[in-house]
Amino acid sequence: MTDTSLQFAGIPLVAWVAALPLLGAFINLLFGRALSRNAVHVIAVASVAAAFGVAAYLVFGPLLTQFRGHEGEGPVEISRTLWTWIEVGPADSVFKVDLAFRLDTLSGVMVLIITGVGTLIHLYSTGYMSEEPRYAAYFGYLNLFTGAMLILVLGANLPVMFIGWEGVGLCSFLLIGFWFENESYATAGRKAFVVNRIGDFAFLLGMFLLWWVTKSLDFNDIREVAQQGSSQLTSDPHFMGFDRWATIICVLLFIGACGKSAQVPLYVWLPDAMAGPTPVSALIHAATMVTAGVYMVCRLSFLFSLSTTAMLIVATVGTITALAAAFMAFAQTDLKKVLAYSTVSQLGFMFVAAGTGNWVAAIFHLGTHAFFKAGLFLGAGSVMHGMNGSGDITRMGGLRKHMKTTRATFLIYCLAIAGIFPFAGFFSKDEILGGAWAAHLEGWGAYGKVLFVALSLAALGTAFYMWRLYFLVFSGEERSEDAKHAHESPWTMTVPLIVLAGLTTIAGFLAFPHLHPLDNKYLHLLSGWLEPAINGATESVNSDGTTYLLLAIALGIGATGIGIAYSLYGRGPSTKVAGWTAEGEPLHEAYLASKNKLWVDEIYEVIFLKPFRFLARFLFEFVDRFVIDTILVGGWAFLVGLFSRLMRWVQNGQVQRYIVGMVVGAAAIFFFVSRGHSPTFSYKEVPAGVELRAEPGEGLAGVGATYQWDLDGDGQPDRKPGAKPDATDAAAFVSDPVLTVKAGDLAASGVTLWIKPPGGKKAVSVTRAIQFDSPDRAAAEGSK
Amino acid sequence: MPGSFVLPLLLALPLLGAIFVMCTPKEEFALHRGIGLFFTTLTFAVSLLTLSYFNKTLAGYQEVLDVPWIPGLGAHFKVGIDGISLWLVLLTTFLMPITMLAAHKAIDRHVREFTAAMLILEVGMIGAFISLDVFLFYVMWEVMLIPMYLLIGIWGGQRRLYASIKFVLYTMVGSLLMLVAILYLYTQYGSVTGEYTTDLEKLTSLVLPHNAQVWCFVAFALAFAIKVPLFPLHTWLPDAHVEAPTAGSVILAGVMLKFGIFGFLRFAIPLFPYGAQVCAPYIGVLAVIGIIYGALVAFAQDDVKKLVAYSSVSHLGFCVLGVFAMNSAGISGSIFAMLSHGLTTGGLFLGIGMLYERRHTRRLAEYGGLWKQMPVFSALFLIITMGSAGLPGLSGFIGEFLSLFGTFNAEQTALPMPRLLGALAATGVILGAVYLLYMFQKVFFGKLDKTKNGSLPDMSDRELVVFLPLVLGIFILGVAPRPLLRSMEPSVDAFVNQYHNKLVEPDGPAHLQGHAAPTASADAVNAPRADAGNVERDLGKIAAQAREVERTIEAANLPPPVRVAGGAQ
Repeated sequence: MTDTSLQFAGIPLVAWVAALPLLGAFINLLFGRALSRNAVHVIAVASVAAAFGVAAYLVFGPLLTQFRGHEGEGPVEISRTLWTWIEVGPADSVFKVDLAFRLDTLSGVMVLIITGVGTLIHLYSTGYMSEEPRYAAYFGYLNLFTGAMLILVLGANLPVMFIGWEGVGLCSFLLIGFWFENESYATAGRKAFVVNRIGDFAFLLGMFLLWWVTKSLDFNDIREVAQQGSSQLTSDPHFMGFDRWATIICVLLFIGACGKSAQVPLYVWLPDAMAGPTPVSALIHAATMVTAGVYMVCRLSFLFSLSTTAMLIVATVGTITALAAAFMAFAQTDLKKVLAYSTVSQLGFMFVAAGTGNWVAAIFHLGTHAFFKAGLFLGAGSVMHGMNGSGDITRMGGLRKHMKTTRATFLIYCLAIAGIFPFAGFFSKDEILGGAWAAHLEGWGAYGKVLFVALSLAALGTAFYMWRLYFLVFSGEERSEDAKHAHESPWTMTVPLIVLAGLTTIAGFLAFPHLHPLDNKYLHLLSGWLEPAINGATESVNSDGTTYLLLAIALGIGATGIGIAYSLYGRGPSTKVAGWTAEGEPLHEAYLASKNKLWVDEIYEVIFLKPFRFLARFLFEFVDRFVIDTILVGGWAFLVGLFSRLMRWVQNGQVQRYIVGMVVGAAAIFFFVSRGHSPTFSYKEVPAGVELRAEPGEGLAGVGATYQWDLDGDGQPDRKPGAKPDATDAAAFVSDPVLTVKAGDLAASGVTLWIKPPGGKKAVSVTRAIQFDSPDRAAAEGSK
Repeated sequence: MPGSFVLPLLLALPLLGAIFVMCTPKEEFALHRGIGLFFTTLTFAVSLLTLSYFNKTLAGYQEVLDVPWIPGLGAHFKVGIDGISLWLVLLTTFLMPITMLAAHKAIDRHVREFTAAMLILEVGMIGAFISLDVFLFYVMWEVMLIPMYLLIGIWGGQRRLYASIKFVLYTMVGSLLMLVAILYLYTQYGSVTGEYTTDLEKLTSLVLPHNAQVWCFVAFALAFAIKVPLFPLHTWLPDAHVEAPTAGSVILAGVMLKFGIFGFLRFAIPLFPYGAQVCAPYIGVLAVIGIIYGALVAFAQDDVKKLVAYSSVSHLGFCVLGVFAMNSAGISGSIFAMLSHGLTTGGLFLGIGMLYERRHTRRLAEYGGLWKQMPVFSALFLIITMGSAGLPGLSGFIGEFLSLFGTFNAEQTALPMPRLLGALAATGVILGAVYLLYMFQKVFFGKLDKTKNGSLPDMSDRELVVFLPLVLGIFILGVAPRPLLRSMEPSVDAFVNQYHNKLVEPDGPAHLQGHAAPTASADAVNAPRADAGNVERDLGKIAAQAREVERTIEAANLPPPVRVAGGAQ
C-alpha cells in the first residue's frame, strides 16, 4: 500500500518539502553558534530554496501530469504517509491519525507561494539582519516558521495540519519577540501566541465534533461524507441533522481561522506583530501564518458549503474586518503599522470571497496579496534600513530621490493593492467584488449586494491609506536628516523586491475576469487548476455587462482613492487634514478613533484582561488561601487541636484534679441514671383482652407514684366499680399500675393515664390510642 | 511466567542500594552520590528488561510472580505489570537517575541519608505500581510516604515542617479510609467464597451490593483524589512542592501524583464500577474545575515553583477527566498525559532547581532577561515549557488531545454532558499558554537588569546530561507516540470491557462476577443495568396487594371490621 515512487533517501518527496526547512532549522538552532555567518545563511536560504525546487518539481512534474490526465473525476494528488501518529481504541471504533502529507492542486499553490516568497524573504534577511548578533537563531526560527507552515498546508488531515497550525504560533512567538530585551516586544510575541491559542481552542473543539460526526479527520474522508452523505446525515435524528452540526463545526473552525488569519475579534495580535524584525513581518503577513486560516476554510470548502449560516458568518466577519481595519489604517503614522492593518483588511477580503463560495478568488487574492504584501513589507524594511531603522512616516518624504529601486517597486505594489489594471490586485480584488455581487447562496437574498457595497468602501479606503503612505514616504521633500541621508539597500534586499514586483505584475493573468469573450481555459488557469481540490469552483453568474460595470467601478474606486490621497498628501503631510481633524472640528472624533484603533486593545483590557487578572488573584488569595486552606483545612486542624488541648488540660498528673473529675463524673452518672424517661404506659394483647401497664419512667422517678386511668374516654378518671360517685379519695379510683381489660371496653378515642409523682407534685397525663396488631382480633373484639 | 524475575529485581536493587549506602562512612558524599546514581541507573537498565519481556498483544498481567506472604491473612507477594503500569514503572526508573544526578549540588548535607531515602522511595513507588495484592499495595503506598516526608522535612525549605506534616496528614486521612474499604472488601470476599485473600484479581471478581460499592468507591476515591490532587483537596501540593528540595519536587510531581490516577485505574474503578459510575459526574466536574482553577491560580503566582505546582493541578485534571470518560481514547490519553507530565513538569522543576542553585530565589520578579545570559538553558527550558503547554509535536499534546477527545466521545451514561465538560476542559489549552508563557517571559525575556543575574553561568555538562534525556523524551513521545499507545491498548480495552461487564451485574448481596444469586424476575438478569433492588421491591408490593385482596375476601364473609383506633371515627 505504501507508494515508493517519488522518494528520496526513503522519505517521500512531499515530506521533504516540509522537512528541508526543518532540517535547516535543526542545524542552525543546534550548531549555528559554531558556524560562520555565511554557513548559517547559506544553509537557511538553501534549505528553503531546495524546498521550493522540490515543490516546483512535484507540482509541475507528476502533479501536472495527473492533472492533465484527469477527466474531472478522481483526485489529483500525491499522498504519502510517513507513519501512524496516533492510534487508540478497539478495532471497531478506532481513532487513527496518520502522519500523512498530501500535495494536491490547492496545497500545491500554497507550497509554491510559501517556499517561493519564503526564499526571497530569507535572501532579503541576509542583508537586512546582517548586523544581528543572534544570526543563527534568527535564521533557525525563520526556517522553522517556513517548515511549520509547510506542514500546515501539506497535512492530509486536521491533526497534522494542527501541528503546523500551532507550530507557526510558536514561531511567531519567537520571532515577534525576537528582540526580547524590549519588554513590549516580548509581550507582543506572547500576545500573538495566546490570541492564537484562543482560536486553536475553537479549532480543537471543531475537530472533535467533526470526528464525532464523520468518524474521520482526513480531508478526503470528510469530503466524502460531506458530499455523498450530506442529505443522509441531515435526516439522521441522532446527529440533530448534519446541517446543524456542519454549522457548529464550521463556526468553531472559523474561530480558529480568525485567530490565525487576524479577523475580528481576534485580529489584535497582528498589528503588534510588527515588533519583530521586518522580514519576519513580511513572512507572517504574506507567505505564512495569516494565510493559514483562509487556506483552511478553502481546504474544507465542501464542509462550509453545507452550511449557508456558517458561510454568512464568514462573509460578515470578513466584511467587518475589511472595513474596520481599513479605517484604523487611516491615521497611523508608523510605516509597518499601516501595512499591518492593510493585511488585516485584505484578509477580510479573502474571507468574504470564501464566505460567498468564491473559493478560487480567495486563493487567488491570497496569492497576489502574498506577492505585493511581501513586497510592501520588504520595501518598508528597505526604507527603514535606509532611514536608520525609523519607521515614522512623518519624518520621511522625498525618498524617491535616494532609493530608486525601492521606490519603483513600491509604486507597483501600491498600484496593485489599490486595484489598478494590469497589476495582480486588480484581478483578484475584482474577482472578490464580482463574486460578492453575484453571491446567490440559499436564503441570502440581496446580502451579496450589501457585501459588495461594504467591500467597495473598504477598497476605497485601501487605495486611500496606501497612497497616503506612498506619498508621505516618497513624495515631497525630506522632512528629517535621516531622510536626507537615506541610501539604497544592498542587492540582497533589492533583488527580492524586483522579483516580487515582477510577480505582482504578471500574477493577475492567472485568472482573467469571467467574461464570455475570454472563455478559454488558458485564461482561467487558476480556477481550472484548483477545481479538483475545491468544492464547486464558482461559475460567474454575472452577465458580461455587469462584469464590465463592476470592473469599471473597481477601477474607479482605486483611482478615486489615489486621487484623494494625492490631493491631500501629494506634497507631504496635509495641512487640510490637520485642520479637519483638529480639536473641535467635525472629523476630530473620527480621527481619534482611527488613531487609537477604535480603542479595541483598551476595551479588551477592561473587559477581559483586568477581570481575568482579578479572578486569578481572587481565586488564589481568597478561595485557595482563605476558604480552602485556612477555613476548611485549617478548620479541621483547629478542631483537632482544640480537642487535644482539652485532653491535655485534663491529663496533667494532678491527683486533686483527677479526684474532682471522679466526683463530678460520679454525680453526673447518678443524675443521668435517675432521670428516667418521660412517663407513659404500654399495652399488649393478651388472651383475656388488653393488658395496660403504667410506665412512670425508670430509675428513681417512678417510686411512689400513684395512677389514675380513664378507659371509657369520658375525660374523667374512672372509678372502681362500686365506688361512690362523689368519692374523691385515691382508693375510689382505678389505680393499679397494671390492669387487664376487655378490648371492647376501651374507648376508640384512646386511653388516658394520670401519673402523680410522690411529694405532691403535679400529675402528668398521657393519652394513647389503642391499636390492635391482628385485624382479625380487632374485628372480633369490635363486633361485640 | 517468563520474566517474572525482573519485577522483584526492580524492588531488590534500590533496596540493596539503600542498605549498601547506609553501610558507608557518613562523610563520603561523593561515594554516596555515586552509589545512588549507580543503583538508580542499574534499576533503569533492568527495568528495560520488563519491556523486552512484555508482550504488547496481551491484556492481562505479565511477568507475574506470586509467592504466599502472610498465610494467616491470605496476603501474597504478588507482582506483575500490564500495559497501564508498564510505562509508569519505566517513567519512575527513568526519572530516578536524572533526579539523583540533579541533586548532586543541591543536597550538601546528610547525603547518605538522602540517597537512602530516595532509594527506599523508589522501592515504594515501583512496588505500588506493580502490586497485584491490595495488602502489598497498601504497604507500598505507605512505604513511599515516609521517605517523601523525610525529604521534605529534612532537606526542604523554610516551612518544611509545616509542609511535610501537611503532606503526611493529608495522605494518611485518605489512605486510612481506603484501608477500611479494603477490610470490608476482604471480609465480604471471605464470606462469599470462604477464602480469605487480598489477591487483587480475585477481589476484582467480587461484585458488592450497589450501596456498598458507592461507599467503598468513595473511600478509595478520597485517598486517590488527595494524591492526584483533585480540587479542592489540593492545598497540600503547593506547600509540599515549594518546600521540597528539587529532587523531592521532581519525584512528587513526576511520579507520586500519578498514583492518584493509577489508583482509580487499578483499584477503585475495577473493584467498584457501580460506585465509579455514581461518582463519575462529581469527579468529572471537580476535574474540570481543577483544570481551570489550577491554571488561573498558577497565573497569580509570583513563586515559579508554586506556579508549576498549581499547573500540576490543572494538568492532572485532564488525566482524571480522561479516566472517567471510560473509553480507550480517554484512558490511553490519560496515561499518556501522566507520562508526559512526568517529563515536562519534572523538567520544569529541575530547571527551576538549577535557577535556584544559582540565584537562591524563586520569585519571578527577581529574574528577567536570562535568555541573554543562559541561551542553552533557556532554549531547553522553552522546549520543556512548550511540551507542558501541549504544543503538537511534543509530548504534552498527545495526552491532552486524547483525553479531551475521549471526554468528547464519552457515553452519557459514563460521564454526563461529555461535550460540555470537554469544551470547558479545553479552555485549559488557552490558560496553559497564558500562565506558562507569562512565566517564561518574566524569567527569560525582558532586560537583564538585575545585577545578580548578570554573572549567571549557562548550563554545566552535568546539568546538560540531566536535561537532555527529558527533552529527547518530550520530542520522541510527541512525534512517535504510537508504540506506547499500542502497548497500552490491550490492557486499556480490557479495562473498559471489564468495567462495562461488571457494571451490568445485578445489585444484591455480594457475589462473584457472573454468579449472581438467581432472582425471581428473568428481566433482572437479561436487561442490561437492571436494578435487582427495584425488582425485589416490586415483588414485595405485589405480595402486599395479594394479601390485601385476601383480607377483603375474608372480611366479606364476616361482619365489617371495627378498628379500635384513635382518630378513625
